[in-house]
Amino acid sequence: MEMLSGAEMVVRSLQDEGIEHIFGYPGGSVLDIYDAIFQSSDIEHFLVRHEQAAVHMADAYSRTTGKVGTVLVTAGPGATNCITGIATAYMDSIPLVVLSGQVPTNWIGDDAFQETDMIGVSRPVVKHSFLCRTAEEIPIAIKKAFYLASTGRPGPVVVDLPKDVQNPLLKFPYEYPESVELRSYSPTLRGHKGQIKRALAALLGAKKPVLYVGGGAVIANASKQVTELAEKLNLPVTNTLMGLGAFSGTHKQNIGMLGMHGTYEANLTMHNADLIFAVGARFDDRVTNNVEKFCPNAKVMHIDIDPTSISKNIHVDLPIVGSVEVVLQQMLDLIAETQASNDGEKIAQWWKQINEWRAKECLAYQPSNSHIKPQQVIEELYKVTNGDAIIASDVGQHQMFAANYYPFKEPRQWINSGGLGTMGFGLPAAIGCKIARPDKPVCCVTGDGSIQMNIQELSTCMQYNIPIVIVLLNNRSLGMVKQWQKMFYGGRQSHSYMDSVPDFVKLAEAYNHIGIKVDKIEQLQPALERAFELKDRVVFLDVAIDPEEHVYPMQIKFGSMEDMYLSKTEKTDA
Amino acid sequence: MRSIISVLLENESGALSRVVGLFSQRGYNIESLTVSPTNDKTLSRMTITTEVTDLARLEQMMKQLHKLVDVLRVSELTEGAHVERELMLIKVRTLTNEAREEVKRCSDIYRGQIVDITQNLYTIQLSGICSKLDAFITTIEDTSEIVEVVRSGVCGIARGEKALRG
Repeated sequence: MEMLSGAEMVVRSLQDEGIEHIFGYPGGSVLDIYDAIFQSSDIEHFLVRHEQAAVHMADAYSRTTGKVGTVLVTAGPGATNCITGIATAYMDSIPLVVLSGQVPTNWIGDDAFQETDMIGVSRPVVKHSFLCRTAEEIPIAIKKAFYLASTGRPGPVVVDLPKDVQNPLLKFPYEYPESVELRSYSPTLRGHKGQIKRALAALLGAKKPVLYVGGGAVIANASKQVTELAEKLNLPVTNTLMGLGAFSGTHKQNIGMLGMHGTYEANLTMHNADLIFAVGARFDDRVTNNVEKFCPNAKVMHIDIDPTSISKNIHVDLPIVGSVEVVLQQMLDLIAETQASNDGEKIAQWWKQINEWRAKECLAYQPSNSHIKPQQVIEELYKVTNGDAIIASDVGQHQMFAANYYPFKEPRQWINSGGLGTMGFGLPAAIGCKIARPDKPVCCVTGDGSIQMNIQELSTCMQYNIPIVIVLLNNRSLGMVKQWQKMFYGGRQSHSYMDSVPDFVKLAEAYNHIGIKVDKIEQLQPALERAFELKDRVVFLDVAIDPEEHVYPMQIKFGSMEDMYLSKTEKTDA
Repeated sequence: MRSIISVLLENESGALSRVVGLFSQRGYNIESLTVSPTNDKTLSRMTITTEVTDLARLEQMMKQLHKLVDVLRVSELTEGAHVERELMLIKVRTLTNEAREEVKRCSDIYRGQIVDITQNLYTIQLSGICSKLDAFITTIEDTSEIVEVVRSGVCGIARGEKALRG
């Protein structure tokens, strides 16, 4: 058998797992592993400027491809800097393996230099974690880590590697396991036949059904099944923020995003439905509004691979545990087998009602001569990219504008931190997307608050020549915070105004990128066109937008799903 | 309502902290927790007693426990016939012969055993359901001074065929 050191085993295990890209930052506790990487040609390593960004890159790499993202960092601050990134991935169920260095095993617990109990610190935000106490444990721990990260409800897994375990001088027999089995872990993929039969009967009998499709449909690659089911039964479909693209944003049956900043038609369809079929969605508080008033007339059916998601926030009448893709396929097979159909007449009635709500055009806005509206920027971005770009968003108003004004045709085209809402996610995420999909245009939509939380990654772009486009919706303030302060805090703008934003054009140029300032509407389209024509450069568009613009619609707190502010002056009459 | 949850989990370092962490992270309360390896040394058996407001919360708690990668089986004991026991060691100070007689008599009535004696101190071992141990404490308090009490927390097992196995 081949003899390898612990450090070599780490790198070989990654190779044998088929890992091509890894994001990281070296340091004392992982120098041996970095030395092994130096001597390997199969893995491409990207050196970041802050460990949090490494995790976001690996995370977005995974969101774009479906593969597991891989991170390598050192002990102590290297490891703790990853926590926000790991928590981001955990909340959105993104498969990651984070390899962290650790002080030598005989120093653990002694408050050694750069010692942190990474297993303990990360515990609430990982799916699982391993501490390797011997080199022989490394291949099996890494195999298990990838297996756990990518199966069931995916999530991040930490593998903590003490320095002595990596010792390059001590060699041990190496064999990478072909597969692993854990007796305490066996996710259910296939749905219960009886439940599927009952669910289908309920779906066919419903007069006002709605498909509520979440991130689970993206993760499970179930777009085909979602679309087929929706088309077969002529169902209205609403995507969650995490589900955007799972059902095409340009499809005529798409009624837009639902929830806090969802469309009027999506929220009213939900509220008035007699049957809600939740597909890989988890009834997040940003969707349901007040759970006591949630969709009073609806029977709720729910497919989820994670049993804890079922009946957690909203009581589910008909649960199906399983992979969204597998369960929907089972359902489609059953429809084909039984030649089942629903009452087209009743569904047409339902659509008539939905189309009346649609006619409200809740996303319409007032263009202005003096200011560029953020909505305009996103609409122009959509036109210039033919709707084909991967959009990596940060967190704030710009995120909601991007979600509502860029109809995503495909899954894995919209990359955002939906669950944790991590500002600073966008730029490193865009880099991860571009590394994963160099063939696609990748655009980071961001704000002047978010971009400054990980702006150092412009340097990573420079080092590896990663040509992304950054569209900064610059309102010189923390827009979403300001919106809430204006709406609910008597307009007191406590610390939400950026008194001194940098000259982003000069900043981009300092990193040898192209910076373009856009402050007039007529500059917008040419600037965007130029940005996407320059395929080998990072282009940073600093777009001055109307600082007074709010995101609408917006659900009214403590209300039902249909209670919404529609503009600064208008709200639903509930 | 009071609930007793039995958990069978991998006997590995970190497994216990994951369970305890889950409870604090999700805002569930633990009244007592006991854990020890089983006849299969690779597995540990844990008994958790907790107060829950409703069945939905209990179900969510059990699902969350089951979701932990280290956890093999989870079962609730109070919904079926079961046996539960808690062990208590209690040390009391008695200064008169009369009081010592009373302690001895009480222990006999409660089927306890006196496991250590010094001139003025008795240590009594008692097992049973929680309310029996509580009652003993109340009784013994009348005649002697309680020096210290240690209770194991509840251990439980289902009656009959039902079993929690790996």
